[in-house]
Amino acid sequence: MSTTDPSPPPDVRDWEAVQSSPEFQDLRHRLRSFIFPVTGLFLGWYLLYVLCATYAPAFMSAKLWGNITVGLVFGLLQFVSTFAITWWYMRFTARRFDPLSEQLREELEGGERK
Amino acid sequence: MTLAAGVEGSNPALNIGIFLVFVIITLVIVVRVSKRATSGASDFYTAGGGFTGPQNGIAISGDYLSAASFLGIAGAIALYGYDGFLYSIGFLVAWLVALLLVAELLRNTGRFTMGDVLAFRMRQRPVRAAAATSTLAVSFFYLLAQMAGAGGLVALLLDVTSKAGQSLVIAVVGVVMIAYVLIGGMRGTTWVQIIKAVLLIVGAAVMTIWVLALYGFNLSALLGDAVAKGGEAGAKLLGPGAQYGKSALTKLDFISLALALVLGTAGLPHILMRFYTVPTAKEARRSVQWAIGLIGLFYLFTLVLGYGAGALVGPAAINAAPGKANSAAPLLAYALGGTVLLGLIAAVAFATILAVVAGLTITASASFAHDIYANVIKRGEVDGKNEEVKVARITAVVIGIVAILGGILANGQNIAFLVALAFAVAASANLPTILYSLFWKRFNTSGALWSIYGGLSITVLLIVFSPVVSGKKDANGNLTASMIQGVDFHLFPLDNPGIVSIPLSFLLGYLGTVLAKEKADPARYAEMEVRALTGVGSAKASVH
Repeated sequence: MSTTDPSPPPDVRDWEAVQSSPEFQDLRHRLRSFIFPVTGLFLGWYLLYVLCATYAPAFMSAKLWGNITVGLVFGLLQFVSTFAITWWYMRFTARRFDPLSEQLREELEGGERK
Repeated sequence: MTLAAGVEGSNPALNIGIFLVFVIITLVIVVRVSKRATSGASDFYTAGGGFTGPQNGIAISGDYLSAASFLGIAGAIALYGYDGFLYSIGFLVAWLVALLLVAELLRNTGRFTMGDVLAFRMRQRPVRAAAATSTLAVSFFYLLAQMAGAGGLVALLLDVTSKAGQSLVIAVVGVVMIAYVLIGGMRGTTWVQIIKAVLLIVGAAVMTIWVLALYGFNLSALLGDAVAKGGEAGAKLLGPGAQYGKSALTKLDFISLALALVLGTAGLPHILMRFYTVPTAKEARRSVQWAIGLIGLFYLFTLVLGYGAGALVGPAAINAAPGKANSAAPLLAYALGGTVLLGLIAAVAFATILAVVAGLTITASASFAHDIYANVIKRGEVDGKNEEVKVARITAVVIGIVAILGGILANGQNIAFLVALAFAVAASANLPTILYSLFWKRFNTSGALWSIYGGLSITVLLIVFSPVVSGKKDANGNLTASMIQGVDFHLFPLDNPGIVSIPLSFLLGYLGTVLAKEKADPARYAEMEVRALTGVGSAKASVH
């Protein structure tokens, strides 16, 4: 069936009961204890980079080998960390989040299907 | 070489020819895919949520990599070296905010617009009106920047130097864009973005490998040559500070810009809307994964292209060309592959403007039709599903015309400033409100209104009273470097408002919430959170 108007099913569910269930609290805890610290981590790492580029230009311009400077390597490490965190998050969701989230969804939707 | 002749070696007829081929091919595709469409709002706004994660990820790259990031960043690296590279890092790291905090939860709690999510557990009409106001403001600034950029590109690549001729080309770009949106809706627009992203990334990859091959794949040798070509200023190209290191104030300004870049992306309405074009939160996550990969790769290419332009073309030739920094990438294309490669890159640059503008127009029209018309004016009771789409189509035409007129008027203005303004509003008005809505139980209607309207007005006021608009002095001490020349009413010392406006908006959202008499509805928050994390009851794809 084409759901061009995917309005929710008649709202008879007790959402607060679902929210306070141990399964959901576990799911919520898993997600938050990953995304909040990791967000702090990459924002801090980025800010450190921006502050170095702004206030420590001599350090950033120092040459490591040939014409490759500290700043260039530091900048490229921001690319590496962004790719790595993306990979880490994909692995986290596949292993720790999706199975539980899908199980909860099936339980919740099971009740309203015929 | 004369200044009036556009980029040296450019063959305008060839450039226009290649661009026309792109327009014709994409129009045929848009017409073809639109035959699969149904007439509902879901199809027009979000292609029925029928795209896959990878498809959407490519389209997001197409939506995000504007002409400013292609021509602008390559040019900034060619002229200022390292400082240009700093931009691209902010633009990339920003995607982690979207990946971790926004994309999936937004996909699960909304259908068409940012307003859907922000109004989920609030009083509908005021919050939707606020969300639409901010969406329209951000989209308008961004749209204006793209259209104004088109004028400069025309002078650069098609050798049209008269204002009337440039206005005509801006109008043609606008009309083609309106055609894409009206015929294809989100489905057609998405395909235009996918095709453009592939062309842009492949084009940049070919040029990157070409440049590296000339230096035996030795990056250090390439950098050395760029420094040698840069003359006296060359030594500064490899470290930061050439552009922003002048004084304590310019340093603070740079930090302010860096904040807006990293926090603005996840609040750009046309990016948020793309998360609704996939069927599930999992696909939204894969979209961002693909987007991060492609956007990161592209910015690595621009690093090589920028230094490559510095080494092979040289800052003197770039500064002498019309469009200065913006001509670095086209000049490099000519230096490498002659007239034909230049023509291809020119066409890709135009395709870029077209695709980004189409995405912005559909977002703004969806927000007006869905949030303002259907929910604020009609209070959620539209007669039949097609009425809302009709309003959206009319809005798209109006926005298209406004974009054409605005682009003609803003032709020649500082476009980087308009893009920075769009990012600052997105980071100040939108992101705090989205994060509070998703993660803070007590957040309520009043808090949402404070952070949206507060963030929007603080950002705009700080810009109006910044040196960008008035009071900036040029090298001779004359008041000519600002938008409005010869007067000085600036009160705020920084060009970029982010460092003040972003924390203030978070604070306003907090104060608005705790000072309100009306409390948040815990049941609605419970529903929102359960839906956000499990995807229960979220829209499924309408494509069978």
